[in-house]
Amino acid sequence: MTLQGGIEYSKIAEIKGPLVIVDGVERASYDELVEIETTAGEKRLGKVLEVGNGKAVVQVFEGTTGLSISGTKAKFSGKTMTMPVSAEVLGRVFDGLGRPNDGLPEPIASKFLDINGEPMNPEQREYPRDFIQTGVSVIDGMLTLVRGQKLPIFSGSGMSHNILAAQIARQAAVIGSGEEFAVVFAAIGVQFSEAQYFKRSLEESGALKRSVLFLNLADDPAIERIITPRVALTVAEYLAYDLGMHVLVILTDMTNYAEALREISAAREEVPGRKGYPGYLYTDLSTIYERAGRLLGRKGSVTQMPILSMPADDITHPIPDLTGYITEGQIVLGRDLFRKGIYPPVNVLMSLSRIMKDGVGEGRTRGDHMEIANQMYDGYSRAQEVRALSEIVGKAGLTGVDIKYMDVGDAFEKNFLSQGVDENRSLEETLALEWKTASILPKGELNKVKDKFIDQYYKAN
Amino acid sequence: MVAKGKIVWVSGPAVKADGMSDAKMYETVSVGSLNLIGEVIRLTGDVAFIQVYESTSGLRPGEPVIGTGSPLSVLLGPGIIGQIYDGIQRPLKELSKKSGSFIGRGVTTTPVDMTKKYKFTPTVKVGDDVQAGNILGTVEETQLIKHSILVPPDHHGGKIASIASDGQYDIETEIATTEKAGTKTQLKMYHRWPVRKPRPYKQRFDPTVPLITGQRVIDTFFPIAKGGTGSIPGAFGTGKTVTLHQIAKWADSQVVVYIGCGERGNEMTEVLVEFPHLKDPHTGRPLMERTVLVANTSNMPVAAREASIYTGVTIAEYYRDMGNHVVLVADSTSRWAEALREMSGRLEEMPAEEGYPSYLASRLAEFYERAGRVRALGSPEREGSVTLVGAVSPSGGDFTEPVTTHTIRFIKTFWALDARLAYSRHYPSINWMNSYSGYLSDIAKWWSANISDEWLPLRNEAYSVLQREDTLKEIVRLLGPEALPEEEKLILEVARMIKIGILQQNSFDNVDTYCSPKKQFKLLKLLVNFYRNAQRALKEGATITDIRAMSVISSMLKARMEIPDDQLDKLDQVEALMNEQFKNIVGVKVTT
Repeated sequence: MTLQGGIEYSKIAEIKGPLVIVDGVERASYDELVEIETTAGEKRLGKVLEVGNGKAVVQVFEGTTGLSISGTKAKFSGKTMTMPVSAEVLGRVFDGLGRPNDGLPEPIASKFLDINGEPMNPEQREYPRDFIQTGVSVIDGMLTLVRGQKLPIFSGSGMSHNILAAQIARQAAVIGSGEEFAVVFAAIGVQFSEAQYFKRSLEESGALKRSVLFLNLADDPAIERIITPRVALTVAEYLAYDLGMHVLVILTDMTNYAEALREISAAREEVPGRKGYPGYLYTDLSTIYERAGRLLGRKGSVTQMPILSMPADDITHPIPDLTGYITEGQIVLGRDLFRKGIYPPVNVLMSLSRIMKDGVGEGRTRGDHMEIANQMYDGYSRAQEVRALSEIVGKAGLTGVDIKYMDVGDAFEKNFLSQGVDENRSLEETLALEWKTASILPKGELNKVKDKFIDQYYKAN
Repeated sequence: MVAKGKIVWVSGPAVKADGMSDAKMYETVSVGSLNLIGEVIRLTGDVAFIQVYESTSGLRPGEPVIGTGSPLSVLLGPGIIGQIYDGIQRPLKELSKKSGSFIGRGVTTTPVDMTKKYKFTPTVKVGDDVQAGNILGTVEETQLIKHSILVPPDHHGGKIASIASDGQYDIETEIATTEKAGTKTQLKMYHRWPVRKPRPYKQRFDPTVPLITGQRVIDTFFPIAKGGTGSIPGAFGTGKTVTLHQIAKWADSQVVVYIGCGERGNEMTEVLVEFPHLKDPHTGRPLMERTVLVANTSNMPVAAREASIYTGVTIAEYYRDMGNHVVLVADSTSRWAEALREMSGRLEEMPAEEGYPSYLASRLAEFYERAGRVRALGSPEREGSVTLVGAVSPSGGDFTEPVTTHTIRFIKTFWALDARLAYSRHYPSINWMNSYSGYLSDIAKWWSANISDEWLPLRNEAYSVLQREDTLKEIVRLLGPEALPEEEKLILEVARMIKIGILQQNSFDNVDTYCSPKKQFKLLKLLVNFYRNAQRALKEGATITDIRAMSVISSMLKARMEIPDDQLDKLDQVEALMNEQFKNIVGVKVTT
């Protein structure tokens, strides 16, 4: 991406952190794309964060290492940053700024789109209702994913979030093969091996040719991470709304994104909010997450699955906290379950899919889907209480019903939650497993399901 | 003299312009060549500091800024109901006609359809004396809302010189002329009102009538009154939005204003899709016929988020002035506070706690004081109310953060959402130990007059069971439940039944989603009677195991879902069955 035209300035007033302050600027506009040229002739991209009184504050995506006050030139393009898009991007690999990274030439653009996107008019949104079968029991059964939803995975370092996301991407792709399906994968500051794992996983399932990869690896410039999710979503929106595809966007790891944002905010000497993150972190994250959805009268959809690692597994840390306030639920991975060797180690009690209620039920999946899911939550939650109690009073101090609840907890983790990395369960299997687990309890305990469903599905063990 | 200046500095939603010495504080201005809408929030010399309500991407120094001479105002007249507005009262439907699926910039529209004709029926005649707030006539805005055309509150009064006769008019038509000391004033079916200025009223009263929401934990345990204030704080995933949607759906008010302030786009869409199909339980008409939505989703410009709260409350006051009970639901006031914080930071003001400006508390107080049950200005005499319910999204679920702590000072009903309850899928996850209502004694009279004078004692008895269970839980945690005597085991059992049978409510179940006051009372009575009977049974020698084994318990707990409001006699049957089973327990014990 090199700039044609534009106005060039060479008076650099200050360089600090990722910022370059250009002096004597007359015609710059807010948010404008800037090309910085080093004395060695190397070109880097940036954008205007603040302009006025003859000065422009430019954030340089590829870092300021090697820039000098004299000899550095800044060319103001007169337009905001755009991403060239076309159907040819499918199967390609780009870097974190949207430049080809696979040795192939830049795809011929049919359109240039502003990477910031525009807010969807809520009146023009189509409410998400189509169930996506992922083949993962705990998700299909209790945390249903719906087309156009934004459902993040909250994880911690070292846990199996990438394996789970890759399994979902593979299996959801297979189920949706009748329709146009695409995967957009954005690696934001992740290790090379993690990005490779994804790529290989998509390759093996044959989904790579319907995927677009954006890679900003751990050793790539940190400030570039501000752009990576945005170029990825710009491509996703094009595939969805112009080409009518159902796009699953995986953004990993959003914690690295927020850290890059904090770095810029600190360099600008802004008043910080919690833990040094800028006060506008919520608004900024929403400009990424809210780009999931469906539009009235258009075929495609953008479903987002951002992954973030919670620092010290702390769900109240600003990044998971503000994410949870924007996304439509969350899948939380639990350290305890992970230690027990359970895959996927989803802590269902802390997890939630807000749109599930609209994607399941009579005519969509099955009439009892929501109620049996509620019964599972209730049962598993009671099981946890009883487990805690039995630590104190011992199993002998438990009543008969309490012991049944403990059995429910064990069966839930062993038979329903646990599943193979390549095991693709049908919805019928998943629901049958739920009823099998619930049927450990006497009928009278099932107070979240209507009697007619108990009559139909309850099978005493 | 309108101000005409030039942009000198741009950073996000904040713009500085010079040559603005004629600008006034809080005046609306047109910014840049795209004519973006902004508001003056500080004046220093001839430099005006402007918050811009649209994205400033591409804006550059040198572009013009032109004043409008008037503060940010809303248009008040027929056609507001059923609309979805952005934070500055632009109808989103009209915006989409002009700029497609995404929100464009610099688009101007009128808040209501100025050409739509309404059937106007005058209620005054030539020669009548009128004053501010008088009703000139009525139009039928929707089948639910009879819209009174008001003399604007800032009108100086006078004699009616002319009034339109019965007929169809658009809202631009001059329907009346008043005359005072030789000067004539023309009146239309609408007027404008600045959003930051509360609309005046004649007299304010104490709230004494409950706002029935159909949600048991609210109506039975922590009620809110019409004209009262309430706050619902909770971490994400605790069900704030669902609870607010429930209030907006089922509250027994005539008008509902729902403000989506910095929240999810799909949630506004959900309201838009769902409300036209839902029927108001009190009138049987689609809920959209009484609802106004104000939407500034999280990714829409941040400055308009600050305005959206004021836009919403001004619309609510307008419908109150016609003599309606209005509920305003704001989700979430934390996002509004964050918008304040963001602008304050760009103004480089000295921050108070967590970067929030020092005037956060006074702004919150001003907002919540716009609630109230009042006698409106003008004649005929009428009474209306605005009930304010604000969600708070405390960061990290921590109730000691500034927005929550300041909000608590200015509200009377507090519904504390609890993440632990939500994790165990106890919804609504309103924690009964931390929540409170300051209206309980005020509204008990209404329950006595309309349902039963047993309501308050029964409610208090049930609540005391919950309180005792809370203290017993500590002992159970240390020693296990078997260490307790039978009477206390009974308390645990009854508390569990109250939680499942009353406090929990499934918003997505057709029957359970709305619970009439009568059904609430009957369920309450059923469970308290169970408790009383069980205490007696224990005294007569039964054991807690006998009581737990009663088959009627399951029916009691499912009654909220299985027995609809129009078949409440089935609850009496459950009660009869319960009594029967108690007789059998004790009977067996006595004979052996």
